Amino acid sequence: MKLHSSKARWGRYAQLLVPLLSILLIVVFNLLRDPSFFSVGMSTNNLGNPVLTGNLISILNGASELAIIAMGMTLVTAACGGQDISVGALATIAGSVFVKILRGGEITRVSILVGFLACCVVAMLFGAFNGTLVSVFKIQPMIATLVLFTCGRSVAYWINGGATPTIESPLITAIGSFIPGCPIPTPILIVAVVAIVLGLAFRITTLGLYTQTVGINQRAARLNGINPMAIKLLSFLILGLCCAVAGCISVSRLSLINHETMLLEIEMDAILAVAIGGNALGGGKFKVSGSVLGAYAIQALTTTLYAMKVPSTDVKAYKAIVIILIVVISSPVVKQAMSRLWAKIRDRNPRKEVTA
Amino acid sequence: MMKRSPLKRREPLTDTMLLVTITIAIFFIMYFSAMAIWGGGFLRWQRVFDMLNDNAALIIVACGLTIVMIGGGIDISVGGVIALVVMSCVVHLNAGGSILTAALLAIGIGLAFGVTQGFLISYLEIQPFIITLAGMFFARGMTTIVSVQPQKVAHEGFKALMKTKIEIPWLGYIAKKGNLIPARAEIGVVVALVIVAIVFFMLRKTRLGRGFYAIGGSSSSALMLGVNVKRTRFLSYVISGLLSGIAGFVFMMHTGAGNATNAAGAEMNAIASAIIGGTLLSGGVGNVIGTLFGVLTLSTINAIVTSSGLRDPWWQEITVGAMLCFFILLQSVVLTLRGKGGFKALMPQWLRAGKQKTPSADLT
Repeated sequence: MKLHSSKARWGRYAQLLVPLLSILLIVVFNLLRDPSFFSVGMSTNNLGNPVLTGNLISILNGASELAIIAMGMTLVTAACGGQDISVGALATIAGSVFVKILRGGEITRVSILVGFLACCVVAMLFGAFNGTLVSVFKIQPMIATLVLFTCGRSVAYWINGGATPTIESPLITAIGSFIPGCPIPTPILIVAVVAIVLGLAFRITTLGLYTQTVGINQRAARLNGINPMAIKLLSFLILGLCCAVAGCISVSRLSLINHETMLLEIEMDAILAVAIGGNALGGGKFKVSGSVLGAYAIQALTTTLYAMKVPSTDVKAYKAIVIILIVVISSPVVKQAMSRLWAKIRDRNPRKEVTA
Repeated sequence: MMKRSPLKRREPLTDTMLLVTITIAIFFIMYFSAMAIWGGGFLRWQRVFDMLNDNAALIIVACGLTIVMIGGGIDISVGGVIALVVMSCVVHLNAGGSILTAALLAIGIGLAFGVTQGFLISYLEIQPFIITLAGMFFARGMTTIVSVQPQKVAHEGFKALMKTKIEIPWLGYIAKKGNLIPARAEIGVVVALVIVAIVFFMLRKTRLGRGFYAIGGSSSSALMLGVNVKRTRFLSYVISGLLSGIAGFVFMMHTGAGNATNAAGAEMNAIASAIIGGTLLSGGVGNVIGTLFGVLTLSTINAIVTSSGLRDPWWQEITVGAMLCFFILLQSVVLTLRGKGGFKALMPQWLRAGKQKTPSADLT
């Protein structure tokens, strides 16, 4: 009996096994290859601040946008049973609104706040557009977001009307890299804030439960007094917010916006993060923490490949091989075959436990 | 339920045919209004053939995607496979290979992707999006591993093949000097149209083709009806891979150069074409003729934007996005209305046809 209850307690976290295993795989591989991969050092940057450096920090830092978008993507996936492929375009639109407002006048704390709020509103409006197509018109999320995927980057171009407008200010640098006096890169702190806010939302409200219910069985949710349309719309609004935050981080990193290359193909990585995080892409049960771990796993893989001096254009091919390995190992058929094999080995074992 | 008179019974229009009809109608309306407003190039048959010449490869991959989507799956690796095929074939030709071996190489690469992805998706039951996404990453990565630098074909025989054009005099036009300029179509167009015809026939008439519709509509029902669901799904990806290989070869016959960014976004264009053509991503509904018109509609939109004087670079994509939005909304509304009993459901009660029986009329 005790065994059963502990199994149930751990069952909630069984989903995290896949991302943790893949991170472990990468860690072990790096330990064997070059243990100095993990060294974290302190150095001073151009502004004379002491900052943390090292591959671990750059993994955490580099995956910030991906982690934030993956959180929102998990909700959309869970509620709608489909994925939003417009997140890169949406983040670019948000970033270009941010740039547009900051270029309107002197960059101060107030104008940054105004710009951020404006880009949140715009991103939520576009999110509402996607959400309406999905929830009211019952269009599959991938098709509905194909619209914004096709034209989003052009909209971002249109907003600024120029190829690569820049915004230069120490305040922007503080958002994109380091706050003076703080050795941890700011994007990592922003991810922590977003994660805490989302975590609190799950703790305090019934958002998580409702999303899961709608994803598992929409009709049953309806009969229980949950409005599936509202939940789906809400998930797209939250994803819009996540995209706005990610867009601002990405713009601040480079102090400029390039509508063609900004966060390119992040939609693919975000969906991958959700899948590696052990979430079903068909909707239903989900764990946001799994997706975040998945995002870090993807970034760790990329950083490892760069550390191995693989040319940046070839990284994709190796990434694909690792992805296929991970999904093949975690596929239901392989899992069943493994457990059957395990049972066979145990049966052959003479030392049998007595069970009731 | 209203009783239908046996004499007036007609074959009901299926969802597939309805959506295809709408697409074809919209294409002709768009094209004819473009003819009326801008005239010029739109009046010539050459404009149609130019659209076909430019999009022959897209038509071929869109056929493959239509099959996969009818079967309820998705394949986003096609653009990457095209790029890989083009790059490998160009390198192969420049290294002294013959056209025949290049064609075999193209088909081989396509089949290899199709078989691997199909096996992983149907027999190991992994989500198609993730597998074909990995396939896309792999193909794009391999393309740059084969060659980072853009490569141009130097093979003489192949260059001659590229320049070979089929001339159709009766669709030509009389130039200002009075001489007849025939309409020109590339070999790729013939390949594309033949493939459309074969796929159309296969989907309608063969056991395998009907199987795609069956597993897309409901895989559990298909299983009960005795369709080998796994093998059918596997074959849909194999066909898609094969067609991407052929499309890569056709693409090479059009451009004659290998580049890592070749066919960038082709997968999304192909999906968009299939959707405009009335194929549903949820599976079970679709027609390859619609897909052909989907490709033509997309390129007509582009042509119209260019002629209408919206010169800013962003208008092209914004217009395509808006049209895509229009099409998917239209499909959604049409299908919902059919489910609710036709367009009558939109009208207020007092406008509907008088013969309709209401529950109160039944009582009296």
